[in-house]
Amino acid sequence: MKFNWHGMGAIYRFEMARTRRTLLQSIVSPVISTTLYFVVFGAAMGSHMGGIDGVSYGAYIVPGLIMLSLLTQSISNASFGIYFPKFTGTIYEILSAPVSYLEILGGYVGAAASKSVLLGVIILVTARLFVDFDVAHPIWMVAFLILTSVTFSLFGFIIGIWADGFEKLQLVPLLIVTPLTFLGGSFYSIHILPPLWQKISLFNPVVYLISGFRWSFYGVSDVSVEISMGMTLLFLAACMAGVWWIFRTGYRLKA
Amino acid sequence: MQSIIDVRQVTKTYASGFSALKGIDLQIRRGEIFALLGPNGAGKTTLISIICGIVNPSSGNVLADGHDVVRDFRAARERIGLVPQELTTDAFETVWDTVSFSRALFGKRPNSAYIEKVLRDLSLWNKKDSKLMTLSGGMKRRVMIAKALSHEPPILFLDEPTAGVDVELRRDMWAMVRALRDTGVTIILTTHYIDEAEEMADRIGVINKGELILVEGKAELMEKLGRKQLILQLQAPLQAIPAALAGYPLALSDDGQQLVYTFDAQGENTGIDTLLRRLGEAGIDFKDLQTRQSSLEDIFVSLVEDRA
Repeated sequence: MKFNWHGMGAIYRFEMARTRRTLLQSIVSPVISTTLYFVVFGAAMGSHMGGIDGVSYGAYIVPGLIMLSLLTQSISNASFGIYFPKFTGTIYEILSAPVSYLEILGGYVGAAASKSVLLGVIILVTARLFVDFDVAHPIWMVAFLILTSVTFSLFGFIIGIWADGFEKLQLVPLLIVTPLTFLGGSFYSIHILPPLWQKISLFNPVVYLISGFRWSFYGVSDVSVEISMGMTLLFLAACMAGVWWIFRTGYRLKA
Repeated sequence: MQSIIDVRQVTKTYASGFSALKGIDLQIRRGEIFALLGPNGAGKTTLISIICGIVNPSSGNVLADGHDVVRDFRAARERIGLVPQELTTDAFETVWDTVSFSRALFGKRPNSAYIEKVLRDLSLWNKKDSKLMTLSGGMKRRVMIAKALSHEPPILFLDEPTAGVDVELRRDMWAMVRALRDTGVTIILTTHYIDEAEEMADRIGVINKGELILVEGKAELMEKLGRKQLILQLQAPLQAIPAALAGYPLALSDDGQQLVYTFDAQGENTGIDTLLRRLGEAGIDFKDLQTRQSSLEDIFVSLVEDRA
């Protein structure tokens, strides 16, 4: 046996089945909460607010809000997916099976990323019902969507391995990712900030994700799209390095 | 005959500094039932976990059917099924789904006829669509065995298979293990129920404090270390063992009612006939007599205590 496709597929299907069982929590609830933003800031208040960079306010916030859901859902899906078998003890079967790290990752992270991409598309379509917008660079848009989903699912996987309690599982998405996303230009262009805060914002990795993603919609961005893509790939590489280290050392997986 | 599991100089020291295994060498023969016996914390589960790939050894190596369990882990693990001690199952999956999942996880293409056979053999067929959380503990145990067998492994590890299991299920479990052995599966079970090892095993290994202190065929072990005792119930209590019988290894019970003679069952001359003659000559009458052979439990306790 060279590559255990059956094994990877089994993990992937198991995780997708979990999504189907928890449809309300994993798909419906993020879609509804994001839609509320579109209704309030797009349809209700949008007409009273000035546009940014020539884009109406309601449309301007769409990419950032999709990113917000993508980041938090990727992390919580992937972290829960690997944390739960650790918690219940069923991880023994994965560890004793002829699956390599690549197949384990393909199963867990692949499933979490698939869910996120699906969620992103659903939110995109729902947003279109309330707000008028076009996608200027669809290929870039899809590339950002997929790369971000994969990267943050990997990040979630790392958190799920690291967490030794349900509290830690919630900690990173709630205390780090959500603030970074709100402060990363979901609702505004960082150019409207005072110069000092503009500089500080550049240390926020989410700025690059949102900026690049928004560029793929409207052709306007806070930082150039090449830098955004470069940073996205850098985060991906960093998460892959983290996962590689986990599997190499057996950190919190194997004694 | 080439051994199916070959454990060579395996040690395990945990990060805490605790030395769980101190240089284990063990060969399991193809097709046997091997019982690994030891008190709690002796290292049984650590040893099994290393063979199955759940714990990394600190040094040494293990071959499963000729494949190194670390370097050639795919080939090694395909051949092994593991039923862990803890009842860890998913909650929302059905019996059928979880067993099918295990088969795929071990790289096998779907085979519903085989899964059906496993479930029927384990009396799980009428539960195949039940969610795992609705099953009793005994049923969950069977599901875990079904999962371990789902990929048709030639080697099966059962870690404390009957811990917390009622008497009836325990009998069923033993019958099932024998039936599996008859199909050619090699079975390694750990237990601290000595009667289980006595009942089931072809060979027995005793592990204590991370050391394998003995590996023997069950029959040889009982013969070699087994002692026999002759117990005589006396008509009238004795104050002391009479001088005429001083040469014999005799013990008198506290109430003076019983005389216990310990002898080697394998010896050419057990000495029973001359002892009984001497008793007659000394005028000691007895109303009953019985012989008793030491059980594996006695042997085990004396082995472990010797090393303590």
